[in-house]
Amino acid sequence: MNVILKTEKLRVEYRNRDFRQQSKVALVGLDLEVHAGEIFGFLGPNGAGKTTTMNVLLGFVPPTSGAASLFGIDVRQPIARQRIGYLPELTYYYKFLTAEELLRFYAKIFGLTRAETDKRIAQLLKLVELEHAAKRPIKGYSKGMQQRVGIAQSLINNPDLLILDEPTSGLDPLGRMKVREIIQRLKDEGKTVFFSSHELGEVEAICDHVAIVHEGQLKATGTVAEISAGHTNLEQSFLKIVGYQTTLVP
Amino acid sequence: MNKIFAVAGVVIKELYRRKDFYVLFVLTAVLTLAAGAVNFFHDEKIIRYVKDLCLLLIWVSALLVAIITTARQIPAEREARTIFPLLAKPVSRAQVIAGKFLGCWLATGVALFIFYFFFAIITGSREHIWPVGVYLEAAWMQWAMLAIVIAMVLLGSIYFAAPSSTNVISFIVVAGILLVGGHLNAIALSQPEPMQTVLAWVYFVIPHLEWYDLRDFVVYDLGTVPARAVALATLYAAVWTGIFLLLAWFGFRRKNLTT
Ligand SMILES: Nc1ncnc2c1ncn2[C@@H]1O[C@H](COP(=O)(O)OP(=O)(O)O)[C@@H](O)[C@H]1O
Ligand SMILES: [Mg+2]
Repeated sequence: MNVILKTEKLRVEYRNRDFRQQSKVALVGLDLEVHAGEIFGFLGPNGAGKTTTMNVLLGFVPPTSGAASLFGIDVRQPIARQRIGYLPELTYYYKFLTAEELLRFYAKIFGLTRAETDKRIAQLLKLVELEHAAKRPIKGYSKGMQQRVGIAQSLINNPDLLILDEPTSGLDPLGRMKVREIIQRLKDEGKTVFFSSHELGEVEAICDHVAIVHEGQLKATGTVAEISAGHTNLEQSFLKIVGYQTTLVP
Repeated sequence: MNKIFAVAGVVIKELYRRKDFYVLFVLTAVLTLAAGAVNFFHDEKIIRYVKDLCLLLIWVSALLVAIITTARQIPAEREARTIFPLLAKPVSRAQVIAGKFLGCWLATGVALFIFYFFFAIITGSREHIWPVGVYLEAAWMQWAMLAIVIAMVLLGSIYFAAPSSTNVISFIVVAGILLVGGHLNAIALSQPEPMQTVLAWVYFVIPHLEWYDLRDFVVYDLGTVPARAVALATLYAAVWTGIFLLLAWFGFRRKNLTT
């Protein structure tokens, strides 16, 4: 099957502004492969390097060494992001624009035609139930509505790969349900979803593949069944893999 | 190119939806109108004085609009984190810089041409002269100068995190060049040696914004400057703008932006 997201020996050091302090190594030679059509859960405890990996894939942070690619194109080239959608952990959009203007702006960045844009915006506003508010500035939106604008913008180009950073941690229950529905729908359409999470129950429910990172390194990767084999559930094997040991005396 | 225009479009939309921009804009327009409306002109000297004052106002106001608008672009994107969903799309950082520049420059240009329009109406109705060519030239030269300023401020905004420091430093640099930049070579001659060479060098390496000041041509109705000179000045402005934008891109290109 096609590899559409790949990192090779990816290393990221955050250099400190203060030169006396050491630089912080966030990723230590991460090798990751995501294939077309997978719903891929990227797991790890806080500080494991999940967000850093996404920051590299999205071009926010250049790799210190190693490489990363999307659809076989090096992530340092903006065109690698032509077929992806991205939903950040926290959503903030230009507050002075209306939802419709925001979507139109992003559509232009993707180079969609006028007709495609109109069609897509109508569909998305319906999907996230913002038709009634589309012509009001985003600054008047409730938090939940802003999150739904975020979901809409991540789908504006009808992406083949959706990248979500802890999609459920920042969302209200409604937004959360929406994201799940969308993931399910994309899966049915044969698209790929790559998302980070530390909510294992949820991952177990919607993912088919997972990777577990810990301290900047890949510790395990495979199908949910493979990873959980020999344990009662995904959570148990996750705790084992990241080296958690109970301190309770039995 | 469409991506650059899209980014510029957002800059312009924000500007005309912000109140502080209107305040400055309306203030300048009203002051220009008020100055023109005062009715004691038959005295050449006073007319010139008022015209001079109006043009100074237009210069200061346009510089303020340009500097303040530009300085906050990139820092605001980072602070509001809107830079992340943007850069996650197929747009390069060079295109973002170019779009920000274009948006600020076009918006400032619109403000500038409206100011000159008011100015022309006032003086025209008072003195019954319509030297449109002189006005257009003066406005064009000022706009070309503002391109250099905007590119320079954009560069500053990448290195200084706070827009307020970028604002202050830009204003000092621009005012410094406008006020003494043109005299540095003369000042240099009267200095003792190491200073003389240093000042002469400074004179040669700064962008000469003061060359773009055609206010006296307007005030004294001296007619137009030869087109060749305007073309050369425009070229000079384009080169400096390009240099500053390149440096801005260079600084922005390698920035770690962490969510
Ligand atoms: N901008 C930064 N500067 C320095 N260190 C950072 C920065 N961002 C993240 N880190 C560090 O890198 C490591 C990985 O962080 P991150 O990728 O955010 O983890 P996760 O998303 O898995 O919680 C952590 O130890 C974190 O402290
Ligand atoms: Mg994270």
